[in-house]
Amino acid sequence: MNMNMTILGQIISFAIFVYLCMKFVWPPLTTALAERQKMIAEGLDAADKAARELADAQQSVETALQESKAQAATIIEQANKRASQIVDEAKETAQAEADRIKTAATADVEQEINSAKEALRAQVATLVVAGAEKILGASIDVNNHKELVDKLAAEL
Amino acid sequence: MASGMTSSEYIAHHLTNLTYGKHPVNGWSFAESGQQVADMGFMSINVDSMVWSVGLGAFFIWLFSRVGRTATTGVPSGVQNFIEMIIEFVDDNVKSMFQHKSAVIAPMALTIFVWVFLMNLMDLVPVDWIPHLAGMMGINFMKIVPSTDLNVTMGIAFSVFFLIIFYSIKAKGVGGFMAELSLQPLGKWALPFNLLLELVGLIAKPISLALRLFGNMYAGEMIFILIALLPFWAQWLLSVPWALFHILIITLQAFIFMVLTIVYLAMAHDHH
Repeated sequence: MNMNMTILGQIISFAIFVYLCMKFVWPPLTTALAERQKMIAEGLDAADKAARELADAQQSVETALQESKAQAATIIEQANKRASQIVDEAKETAQAEADRIKTAATADVEQEINSAKEALRAQVATLVVAGAEKILGASIDVNNHKELVDKLAAEL
Repeated sequence: MASGMTSSEYIAHHLTNLTYGKHPVNGWSFAESGQQVADMGFMSINVDSMVWSVGLGAFFIWLFSRVGRTATTGVPSGVQNFIEMIIEFVDDNVKSMFQHKSAVIAPMALTIFVWVFLMNLMDLVPVDWIPHLAGMMGINFMKIVPSTDLNVTMGIAFSVFFLIIFYSIKAKGVGGFMAELSLQPLGKWALPFNLLLELVGLIAKPISLALRLFGNMYAGEMIFILIALLPFWAQWLLSVPWALFHILIITLQAFIFMVLTIVYLAMAHDHH
């Protein structure tokens, strides 16, 4: 083994290779690596954020669901209450109407009876007079015996 | 194992680089034997080491820059995924060991890791394939694992060494660096002793870096060559387990070279 000029050749070629590596190899590759690292970090951040947002969204969906359920329950309750109220009111109205109709009918009937009574009374008076005339064979001055006839009619 | 060679000739052939240099007798020419290589001395160059290492380095730059150009920030696929894995691995190591700001350290660590790994990886190519192919094309010697050439590992280690000195002076100034070398561990009255100790420690850094890688790869290559001396039907019994084990070694050595480079440069920035 002997040393010769190869050593100088190696020093020169080593220097050239280091220079070329510094110039054309190291910068583009490390830049690409750094950029990818950044992209991955950003991607992971975004994924984290998305997961957090999803959890938030689920939370709010849950809350909204609870709220709407409660609202629905309230509405149903109110509706039920209102329905029974309406039924009650209808019942009352119907009752009142029925009462009114009954009262009116009763009054009508009363009136009819009275007027019938009056008519009968009048006819009875006439009949009494006519009968008395037949019995007595003479006419009766209605005016003179009016008091008597009316008394008779009233007693009927 | 090529026919017509003794075992020692075969081993020596596989451990000789294709060297072009100034031979005292033949002038500028390719060495035809180990002796001629030795005769050429410093004024020669290992053509196979240079071609393979520069080729592998160029492959590294080509592959990585191609992926870098087309890199998307979306889901990475195939090669991009693999290369990003390497980049992140190196970047993590640099960030955990080197806390100062520097635009050079991380790309250099990547270059060292991948380049040394690719050079080591050539060790897993069966030892006879490419040398035999080269022999058929009339090339005598062809060592395809550049990191089994001490010149290659020393070249990288000394580049790191220059950077250690450069960053030491940049961070601490010439005075500070000299003080660090001479005023510790024993205080200014033992200055020569301190200087000796610290200089040995400083020189040991590149030497140990280079020799560790070279030694591991050279020994591994040597074992592959020895296995290749066995009869062909018995080779797989040893070469397969050793190759599997060697996958660990080549990766580990590339990693160690990178980590120690980062640590040495971090130490150069620190004040003691």
